[in-house]
Amino acid sequence: MAGVEKKIGSIEFRLLSPEIIRKLSQIRVVTPDTYDEDGYPIEGGLMDLHMGVIDPGLRCKTCGGNIATCPGHFGHIELVRPVVHIAYVKLIYTLLKATCRKCGRLLLSPEEIEKYKEIVTGEKELDEDTALEIIEKTKKAGICPHCNAKQEEISLVKPTSFYEGDQRLFPTEIRRRLELIPDDDLRLLGINPEKARPEWAILTVLPVPPVQTRPSITLETGERSEDDLTHKLVDILRINQRLRDNIAAGAPQLIIEDLWDLLQYHVTTYFNNEVSGIPPARHRSGRPLKTLAQRLKGKEGRFRYYLSGKRVNFSARTVISPDPYISINEVGVPLDIAKILTVPEKVTEWNIEKLKEFVKRTEYPRALYIIRPDGRRKMVTDNNREMILEELDVGYTVERQLMDGDIVIFNRQPSLHRISMICHLVKVLPGKTFRLHPNVCKPYNADFDGDEMNLHVPQTEEAQAEAFHLMLVQKQIISPRYGAPIIFPDQDYITAAYLMTHKDVTFPKHIATKILAKAGVYELPKPDRRINGEPRWSGKILFSTLLPKGLSLEYTAKTCIGKDKCEHFKKKGKCEGCPIDAWVKIENGKLISGVIDKVSLQGILLDTIFRKYGSTAAREFLDRAGKMFLEALMHIGFTASLDDTDIPEEAKKEIAEVIKRAEKEVDELIRQYYSGELERMPGKTLEDTLEDKIMAILGRARNEAGDVAAKYLNPLNHYLIMTRAGSRGSMLNLTQMSACVGQQAVRGKRILRGYKHKTLPHFKEGDIGARARGFVVSSFRDGLDPIEYFFHAMGGREGLVDKGIRTAKSGYMQRRLINALQDFVVRWDGTVRDSTDTIVQFVYGEDGADPMKCYGDNPVKLKEFLLLEQKEYEELPEEGEEELVEVVGEEGGEYE
Amino acid sequence: MVELDPEIILNHEYVPKHEILKEKEVEKLLKKYKLESKMQLPKILASDPVVKAIGAKKGDVLKITRKSITAGEAIYYRVVI
Repeated sequence: MAGVEKKIGSIEFRLLSPEIIRKLSQIRVVTPDTYDEDGYPIEGGLMDLHMGVIDPGLRCKTCGGNIATCPGHFGHIELVRPVVHIAYVKLIYTLLKATCRKCGRLLLSPEEIEKYKEIVTGEKELDEDTALEIIEKTKKAGICPHCNAKQEEISLVKPTSFYEGDQRLFPTEIRRRLELIPDDDLRLLGINPEKARPEWAILTVLPVPPVQTRPSITLETGERSEDDLTHKLVDILRINQRLRDNIAAGAPQLIIEDLWDLLQYHVTTYFNNEVSGIPPARHRSGRPLKTLAQRLKGKEGRFRYYLSGKRVNFSARTVISPDPYISINEVGVPLDIAKILTVPEKVTEWNIEKLKEFVKRTEYPRALYIIRPDGRRKMVTDNNREMILEELDVGYTVERQLMDGDIVIFNRQPSLHRISMICHLVKVLPGKTFRLHPNVCKPYNADFDGDEMNLHVPQTEEAQAEAFHLMLVQKQIISPRYGAPIIFPDQDYITAAYLMTHKDVTFPKHIATKILAKAGVYELPKPDRRINGEPRWSGKILFSTLLPKGLSLEYTAKTCIGKDKCEHFKKKGKCEGCPIDAWVKIENGKLISGVIDKVSLQGILLDTIFRKYGSTAAREFLDRAGKMFLEALMHIGFTASLDDTDIPEEAKKEIAEVIKRAEKEVDELIRQYYSGELERMPGKTLEDTLEDKIMAILGRARNEAGDVAAKYLNPLNHYLIMTRAGSRGSMLNLTQMSACVGQQAVRGKRILRGYKHKTLPHFKEGDIGARARGFVVSSFRDGLDPIEYFFHAMGGREGLVDKGIRTAKSGYMQRRLINALQDFVVRWDGTVRDSTDTIVQFVYGEDGADPMKCYGDNPVKLKEFLLLEQKEYEELPEEGEEELVEVVGEEGGEYE
Repeated sequence: MVELDPEIILNHEYVPKHEILKEKEVEKLLKKYKLESKMQLPKILASDPVVKAIGAKKGDVLKITRKSITAGEAIYYRVVI
């Protein structure tokens, strides 16, 4: 930016003395009124024309300027009786206590004063500690060392009243005492008497800010509405006048004191309307007034909102909605937004024809502005289009509307980690929402229940290149936190993959071709099955078309029940030929056996494609697999309904049996507890022992109930399919739906709050059985009885409260952590340093591993994953960091 | 404050091994990390119990060998101030 560079040398704060206030003032305000009937400012009123103008057509009586030119001028109010300035109460209190009530000297012996004077006038300036030390010492004096006057205890009754013993000290008396303090004594307390005499903290004259500071607004009805500050000043003036009248009329002291206090109240709330101990001044509507301190304070105050607030151009915000048919790399941008956002393109001899085309156009992809080489901007309009076309030349910049393929940064708050901002490529679409591929929800933690997101358009080639190469969606597939995919298919995609690649699933030609076409595969593989002489295509062979050539992998799917439980493995000693098809074998890009589920799509398969074939291959895989799965799912059909939670009568009986048995066990434990047979567990009280055992029994009972339900459920039950494939839900969810909800807990314990010795009125006092302490026998399907429902609500409420508290707490903790660590950098030699080059860690993370580059179950392969090996960095050239090549390859391949 | 016996401090499980580096080793260290002065190393107070226990003086550089969750063993250097 051009301009004169100015540096602030120093800032000085001082108190305004009454004389200065009067000198600054252009007029003494006396009447509490603002405008007369004609709407003309009253002379000597709060809107007096000497204090500036806010009405068009009027002239300032001080500077002669109009609305545009008059900067505003101060006025003043002469207070009949002085009042305490609320911001200096503490200072006044300290000074009253530290000085003699009679002679005003500091309550220190002359020798001590000399001693401190030497310190203060010497090399060393007075610091806060010394001043505090002096104040501390004065507290010990009971008698003034200078005039021998006995000192009284001074107390402060918040917010503004001072007492000496029982005697009230009125501002007049306080002011008199403060005036007595000699300048030299003040210096010892860190007060510069030239700039801030303490008596100035007692107001005798009140400055009235210019009208521009408190503009009145004219409503549509023609009514005038005054600013809160003006209202407050009106109050002050009214009371001031009443006080004056009463004093003049010789009213009793009591009435005068009451009015005086009232004046003090108004002046106090004028400065700060949130002073503790006094009720805030309110508007007629009951809204508290926004006075001086409120204008400055807090998030919406002048400092945080206007001075350090930041606003951004070239950005857009709207609701997001899903679009599974765009690439994960893309973001759908509404046409209305694309028409407003612009991308600057520099005119060169190679693109001048293309850019001229934009300038020529009057419809959507057109140029909105051009920037001349001297930096002047010009809007392209119908009138000057021909002229601009004529002058456009190399060196100009054309700002054209946002188009398909443009590089943008997409963001969702709270931006907690770096993948809260990812680079997407624009795809202009009809509609009014941003479109996001559902697989990219995870890094943003986004859903589509009304979430809004922000979009930013980088304005320079450097910014665009940087965003594209470092932040593009496809390069963020692997999480930098734990080195496994974070952008992946989930929910229905997983269900679809599972159903499609299942052993016996085959498709006839017309469907197979449709599925393949959706995924962008236009070559039909040879059919691998035959039913009734008709050729059929298995889901496995269709899925194989998406796998890169040469890819070979062997692993167990999520459906695998575990080698120690597997009969097949015990017999054969190997996984091959797994009866439940949980053995995934991929050979040269062909799925030979095994079902594709969560483990493949959110883990090893996607991870391997990303690392071996690069981010582009991984993106292509995700794009095509997503479309293929959706198409397949539409042909297979999938739904989960109430019927899927049904279990047969025998199962219900069996579950009831299980629970009955558990309840009996609990009753037996309670009997043992009362009879003293129950043995205490080490480190626990008898009561805790009982609770633990009961919890264990009931927990087991619920699991058993779940097992029973699972046993009777059809293996093709849709909830079961979803849990098996890992797309949604768990065995626990299923148990709760169809078998038994189980024990409800608050703070990790069975429910024990409520009435005396019982949780609800329905139980006997002292009943500590299963049901009386929140064990829910029913399933969600059958429905909870009222008592169970209540316990369930108790447990559920705790979860909600916890969530709120946890997010608030951890958010603040993370904020502090980020602030503390923000400018630490991992250098090329593997050290972590701060901005002064001081070492913080000699090897990043002590092992130098980058979690993003760790693969699968081998979190650290030191040789490959050290950011830089010892030997190599010793051979580093001096300085010249640009010449270094990242040792760990960018997209894998070289480090398999 | 109670002064603990150096033996007790140095043999405590949670106190890692501290050694004072020789002049030559310090020079090598500074060169290795391209440091202009010792003050760019992490610091440790001279009043630290371990520093007192091993008798290190201001300006000495300590080599600390710690157990590490990620790397098994991690070496750290701190300058006494």
